[in-house]
Amino acid sequence: MVAHRSLTQIFAAPLVIAIVSTVGLISALVGDGVWDAVSWVALGLPVLLYLVFIWRRRPN
Amino acid sequence: MTATTKSLRRWGAVHKWTSLICTLFMLLLCITGLPLIFHDEIDDLLHSSVKPAEAPAGTPPANLDHLLANALARAPGKVPHFLIWDRDEPGAMWVSVGPSIDADPTNNLLIRMDTHTGAYLDSPDVTGRFTYIMLKLHTDMFAGLPGKLFLGLMGILFCVAIISGIVVYAPSMRKLRFGAYRAQRRRVVRWLDVHNLAGILLVAWTLVVGFTGVINTWADLVLKMWQFGQLAEMTAQYKDRTVPTKLTSLNGAVEVARHAVPGMTPSFVAFPGTLFSSKSHYAVFLHGDTPLTSRLLKPALIDAETGTLTDSRDMPWYVSTLYVSQPLHFGDYGGMPLKIVWALLDILTIFILVTGVYLWMRRRKAGVSVERAIANAASIDNPALSS
Repeated sequence: MVAHRSLTQIFAAPLVIAIVSTVGLISALVGDGVWDAVSWVALGLPVLLYLVFIWRRRPN
Repeated sequence: MTATTKSLRRWGAVHKWTSLICTLFMLLLCITGLPLIFHDEIDDLLHSSVKPAEAPAGTPPANLDHLLANALARAPGKVPHFLIWDRDEPGAMWVSVGPSIDADPTNNLLIRMDTHTGAYLDSPDVTGRFTYIMLKLHTDMFAGLPGKLFLGLMGILFCVAIISGIVVYAPSMRKLRFGAYRAQRRRVVRWLDVHNLAGILLVAWTLVVGFTGVINTWADLVLKMWQFGQLAEMTAQYKDRTVPTKLTSLNGAVEVARHAVPGMTPSFVAFPGTLFSSKSHYAVFLHGDTPLTSRLLKPALIDAETGTLTDSRDMPWYVSTLYVSQPLHFGDYGGMPLKIVWALLDILTIFILVTGVYLWMRRRKAGVSVERAIANAASIDNPALSS
């Protein structure tokens, strides 16, 4: 539990992730090679974060 | 109750109802969509097909008239509707034939031909395939255009559910750090955390895939709009003509089109009298060669009696929007790693849907609605929300 959080605090991380995802969605459309790789990483980020957050606090 | 609390309760109600209505269909779409991401790989695994002859780089393609004649020899009494270059397998092409020129092309027979020798390869019946059944369930649930438009409506509700979900995410996270997962608590708390975490992480992806899916349900209508708009304009002076009895060379028509639109590659040819052309033109559709422009088609209309170019224009914005929205929905534009990421995101979306239904059932049983939960949370004095 933490103290009451402001809207900015609540939405800062989600906003960054949404922007990164959008870059990932567009990147592979624009070019091949590196552009594809940017897509994989950027869209893989939400999946990775999900796993990290769930596993970090897993009951023993 | 403050104005903010009231407004949040309203958003909560929107989130609950839009989600509840679309969830079952979204589950169907996520589950059928999962194998569709890998439809090529699945088809290759489950069905054998005749390999085209080895052709060293630089081998010229077969004469298309010859290729077409070979295809039609295999389908007596049928007429050609479309000639299609295979995007993924350059050694093969498809001739789509139907019983008559105005027959419904969705029931067409597809004949696969060797691009370089012009020889017949095979004509697989795809309608019994696993991927075909998944595709039909995914696009229209075997209910034709009404089914398609209905799923489009469910997609719109899904998008509204996502947006309202962003709003109700705020009160639910007021006392929690980003990414909080309260592993020691009861299942209802843990699943709420999973729902919130996966939901907010996937916002951009679910919105884009959801909305581009909605756009795809309008494909038939977009085609009709193009037919009565740009295509009618381009062929205005030909509108009273009938389908010519003898068509000029197909190979010649494609050559004229290639010449008229330099730098672009033919994608498919629509024969005179089909949905994609006028009664007296071959419509040769060409595409560019970057990942983006390869999705955008440009038609060149070739007079099927004289073999000369009538007109070639870029397609209007509403058609381009449809074509660009397709890769964004399918996830087929960044190689196998992107497909795998797409599948993982799809699985996480299934988690969001299942946890969402569970939370609704639990709260209903406990007599705590989403709106009331929000109202309770918001009644705690909160400078961020009441300012």
